[in-house]
Amino acid sequence: MTEPPVPAVPASLEVSGLAYAYPDGHQALFGVDLTVGRGERVALLGPNGAGKTTLVLHLNGILTAGAGSVAVAGVPVAKRNLAEIRRRVGIVFQDPDDQLFMPTVREDVAFGPAASGLRGPELEARVTAALGQVGMAEYADRPPHHLSFGQRRRVAVATVLAMEPEILVLDEPSSNLDPASRRELADILRALDITVLMVTHDLPYALELCPRAVILSEGVIVADGPTGQLLGDEKLMGAHRLELPFGFDPRSVSPRHVAP
Amino acid sequence: MGAGHAHTLYRHGHSPVHALPPHCKLAAVFCFVLVVVSTPREAVWAFALYAVLLAAVTRVARIPAGVLLRRLLIEIPFVAFAFLMPFVVPGDQVHFLGLSLSVPGLWGAWNVLAKGTLGVAASVILASTTELRSLLLGLQRLRLPPMLVQIASFMIRYGDVITDEMRRMSVARRSRGFEARGVRHWGVLAKSAGALFIRSYERGERVHLAMVSRGYAGTMPVIDDVTASRAQWTYAAALPVSALAVCLLGWTL
Amino acid sequence: MHVPDGFIDLPVSAATGAVAAGAVAVSLRGARRELDERTAPLAGLVAAFIFAVQMLNFPVAAGTSGHLLGGALAAILVGPYTGVLCISVVLLMQGILFADGGLTALGVNITDMAVVTTVVAYALFRALVKILPRTRRSVTVSSFVAALVSVPAAALAFTFFYWIGGTTDIPIGKVLTGMVGVHVLIGIGEAAITALTVGAVIAVRPDLVYGARGLSAPLKLRVGGELVDAAPASGPGPVAARSTRKVWATGLVTALVLAGFVSFYASASPDGLEKVAADQGIDRKTEPHHTGDSPLADYGVKDVDDARISGGLAGVIGVAATVVVGSGVFWVVRRRRTETAAAGGNA
Repeated sequence: MTEPPVPAVPASLEVSGLAYAYPDGHQALFGVDLTVGRGERVALLGPNGAGKTTLVLHLNGILTAGAGSVAVAGVPVAKRNLAEIRRRVGIVFQDPDDQLFMPTVREDVAFGPAASGLRGPELEARVTAALGQVGMAEYADRPPHHLSFGQRRRVAVATVLAMEPEILVLDEPSSNLDPASRRELADILRALDITVLMVTHDLPYALELCPRAVILSEGVIVADGPTGQLLGDEKLMGAHRLELPFGFDPRSVSPRHVAP
Repeated sequence: MGAGHAHTLYRHGHSPVHALPPHCKLAAVFCFVLVVVSTPREAVWAFALYAVLLAAVTRVARIPAGVLLRRLLIEIPFVAFAFLMPFVVPGDQVHFLGLSLSVPGLWGAWNVLAKGTLGVAASVILASTTELRSLLLGLQRLRLPPMLVQIASFMIRYGDVITDEMRRMSVARRSRGFEARGVRHWGVLAKSAGALFIRSYERGERVHLAMVSRGYAGTMPVIDDVTASRAQWTYAAALPVSALAVCLLGWTL
Repeated sequence: MHVPDGFIDLPVSAATGAVAAGAVAVSLRGARRELDERTAPLAGLVAAFIFAVQMLNFPVAAGTSGHLLGGALAAILVGPYTGVLCISVVLLMQGILFADGGLTALGVNITDMAVVTTVVAYALFRALVKILPRTRRSVTVSSFVAALVSVPAAALAFTFFYWIGGTTDIPIGKVLTGMVGVHVLIGIGEAAITALTVGAVIAVRPDLVYGARGLSAPLKLRVGGELVDAAPASGPGPVAARSTRKVWATGLVTALVLAGFVSFYASASPDGLEKVAADQGIDRKTEPHHTGDSPLADYGVKDVDDARISGGLAGVIGVAATVVVGSGVFWVVRRRRTETAAAGGNA
């Protein structure tokens, strides 16, 4: 609906004609086209089973496209440059316990950069910076399972930031967070100068953080536009099983929160 | 026993024993136990000296005696086994309090009790003064295959998570009025165990995805390494070396 | 059955240590071939599962309860290689962290509880699954039998180690009756829980039961109202079955040769075993309260049978140990050969 901004640099993410069927024959994606410009924050909305997770797993080459292509900052996602792609695409998974697999917070944040060959003081600096960005610097030597859920989610974001990715992909970032943790995470994400693709069911959160939204339904992008406008389109929302929380009216939210 | 208590095993502190590099401690404990096991059982005084050595280490590590003694209870099943020995081993009999006990059996029981207890005490001191994380680093440093260290480290990381899941399932069962009382209820418990396995396995797959997403390709990057100075090795060697002296005395005397 | 320090003498501890190391090395290779880079997280999570499930109490009656040992369960759910790895890591951590099982006895404990249990359970399970009709019930029944036998098998292995390296001369017949008697009982519980758990997993995610791979019904196609078998996709069968057949065959031949040796050894001292049996018989007559005190009293295994059982058991354990060592040697040889081949190719 809206023209994607014409970038001087290659777009952070370029998906075109992406189709995918699982080995068991179940087809999840039917030709997805999506371009996310550098520095944009985009919400990926869609009902359960729309293929959101499948799409996300294509972005760093865990699943390989059956048809179509994915490129990150101009680099095509293909076997030969997987290492590079995985450094550039930072995926924050839904359950931070899956993401934080190392014995201490510090080692976990160091895992990604260390896997790409960083060592010594540079590694240390990278870890400190990433933990600082999410306000968890003083928890560096704690084991992840001694942190609260909100803290774990923030550390999970840090593990990805430490890799200095081109694009940050968040899978349901606000799930299971209490309102305070939710707001803290929003503040952190808003402060990041980075391209963000946020997969979520939390429509108010999408509106708060992402100026642009796309709706994925039955394996294709069915709508793409300013988040407020999409959420206000009752017919469109209803057709794709997207429901706003009781009492929430996207038109009533002051534009201050929808800052670009 | 259980990952749920894992963090209570370690007693935080700043004693010289805490400060030793983990691989020195592991090596020292292993050598100590080796020396103890090879001491002739007739040298009763040698075992007393070993106990004194361990008591000294406990003192230096500032571990309360009560904690150490409580942790020794893990031995109980084999203590029971040892108590049977005087009754089942054939040989010369002595009579004590109206019981007929065999002399080789008594020696056997003493042997197992003394060596087993010293071994357990040494391990308890090790676990109480060394963090889980550094134990793993120490094992890695001692050339345990990296894959085993990785498996152990995942096991420790997710032990709590899975124990928690198990506890939640138990709460869910009980809040629906189910109380396992006997063999009849094994089916339900086994279903939980099955569900727990599926959850664990699926979590393993998700963890793998998360690792691959951050550039994992089969080997763990080296993030931390532990090193030990000559002085630290010497310090750690104090225990097994003095034990060795006792042991040699035990063989010659 | 966690053996503490000082229970088994040093030479046998060292020998079992070597066997354990070999078995773990073989399992590392095997697991990596099946799971490749997923080995660490999956085996780690399964180890954590075994660790947790050992704390799950199964009430028996009147306040007593038992728990799962998990060797057979691990073997059936994730295969023998990963199973051995998981149980070995659990034992290693229990030894170091909880002082449960002595450090010098680690070899005995791993050989006994990780290797013997897993290998016996898996071999038996696969054999039964092959023989029985291809149904889920067969899988449950096979799990039951496999777990039932695996626990006393570990007890037999322990008895064998005790026989050749015990620090106290308890008559081996008594150790055998005691260990096997108690562990047959434990095995029944283990078998029930294992079978129920495998049943529960297979009902929800049959694909996750390693031992039951290749049992899924062939796909059907509906052609003109009739169901016809679809052409079987060349799916990945049990990977190990194909690539390691040679290894196991070689191991088995070596094992049979060695079994002959072991039984010779066993038959060379049958008088010793029979003497033990006689001693025990006399014991029982003259001092009834002794046997009354021992946990062995309630298990009516005839002493004369002990000699035969222990002879046979020595053979069985010999075979098991040799299969492991034999395959280890074979692996090393084969690996060297492929490496030289690769080097030759490069040159």
